[in-house]
Amino acid sequence: MTIEPGKCPLTQKQLIDKFFMEARSQVLDVAAFLDRLDRSRGDEGAADDFRYQALMRSIACLSEDLSDGARVDRILMLLSDPRTDLLEERDQQQADGASEHATGDAL
Amino acid sequence: MMEYIDTHCHMVSRSTDDYEQMALSGCRAVTEPAFWAGFDRKSAAAFDDYFHHITTFEPTRAAEYGIQHYSWLCLNPKEGEDPVLTREVLDIIPNYLDCESVLGIGEIGLNRVTRAELDGFVSHVDLAMEYDQMILIHTPHLEDKFKGTKHITETLMTDSRVKRERVLIDHNEEHTLGMVLDAGFWAGITLYPKSKTSLARAVDMIERFGTDRICINSACDWGPSVPIAVPHLVMLMRKRGHSEETIRKLVYENPCSFLGQSPRFRLS
Repeated sequence: MTIEPGKCPLTQKQLIDKFFMEARSQVLDVAAFLDRLDRSRGDEGAADDFRYQALMRSIACLSEDLSDGARVDRILMLLSDPRTDLLEERDQQQADGASEHATGDAL
Repeated sequence: MMEYIDTHCHMVSRSTDDYEQMALSGCRAVTEPAFWAGFDRKSAAAFDDYFHHITTFEPTRAAEYGIQHYSWLCLNPKEGEDPVLTREVLDIIPNYLDCESVLGIGEIGLNRVTRAELDGFVSHVDLAMEYDQMILIHTPHLEDKFKGTKHITETLMTDSRVKRERVLIDHNEEHTLGMVLDAGFWAGITLYPKSKTSLARAVDMIERFGTDRICINSACDWGPSVPIAVPHLVMLMRKRGHSEETIRKLVYENPCSFLGQSPRFRLS
C-alpha cells in the first residue's frame, strides 16, 4: 500500500480509540505545569519570561480554527527566532526552545 | 522483526549493551557523524584522536554484534565559533578520508547561526567537493532550526558543485521538511524524547510528505535519546495502519539508496 500524501490510514474513530489516552495525558501534563507555576514558591518571573509567553501563545493556537491542519507548523514558527540575519558572534551555545525576539506573529 | 539502518548514531557515547539491543531489534548498520563532546575541545589533536576512535574502535565494537559501522568527519558546528581550530581540523580530515568506513563529511551545519559557523560550514562543503565526498548536515536546535535550515539550503543551492542527491539534511521538523525536500535534498527525521521529533509526529510527517528521500534516525548520543528509537517507530507505524512495504522503504531501503551512493557502503 502506498501512502496517499497528507492522509492518515486510520479513521478519526480509530485514531481516537487508539490514541485518545495519549493526548489526554499530554494535555493534563500541560495543565499541571501551568498550575505548578501558579503555586510556585515565588510568583515573579513567569509572566515576563519569553518562554512562558511563547508557551501561552502556543496553547492559544490549539483552539484556533485552522482548516489547513497545520497547528504544529504554526506553533513551531511561534517558537522560532523570527530574525533571519546571521549573528555576528555566538551569544550562547545552547538553544532555549523559544525566542526572546518572537513577537507572536508566525513567519 | 524489521531490518533497519540508523543513519545517525553517536556510538562513542553509548554502551556495548546498546549495540546488543540494536542488533536484537534488527539494526544492520549505523552511521556515526562527528559530534560535539559536550564541551569544546581545546586542540585539533583531540579531533585527531576522535576521528581515529570512530574509524577504528567503533567499527570493531559494532562488528561484534553484526552491525556495520560507518562514519562522517568534521568539526561540529557547536564548536564552529573558533576559525583557527576549524582550519586546523579541516587540515586533519583528509588523513582519514581513505578509511574504508568513512562515507563523507558530517555532521556539518549551523548551531546558533553565526557568521563564523557559516564560514566553517562553507569550508567543509569546499572540502567535500574537493574530495568528492557525500555530506551529512545538522540543522540547528529548537528556535534556531527554521532560520538555520534556510541559510543552509540557500547556501547549498547557490553552489553549483553540490549534487543535492548526495546531501542529507538532518533533524527536520514540520516547518523545515518541505523546504529541504522541495530543494531536492535527502531529509532526515530524528526521534528524540523531548526535543526534535516524537514518534507520533514523525509518522505524521511521513503521512503528510510521503516516504521519498526521507531517512529516520535515533541520533542517540550522551543526552536524552533512545538507541532503538527506529524500531519503536516501526511498531507505531504498524499501529497507525502502515504497510510493511512502506515501513521497510523508510527504515531500510531509503538509507540503502542514500548511503549506497558511496562505494564504501556495502551491506554484507
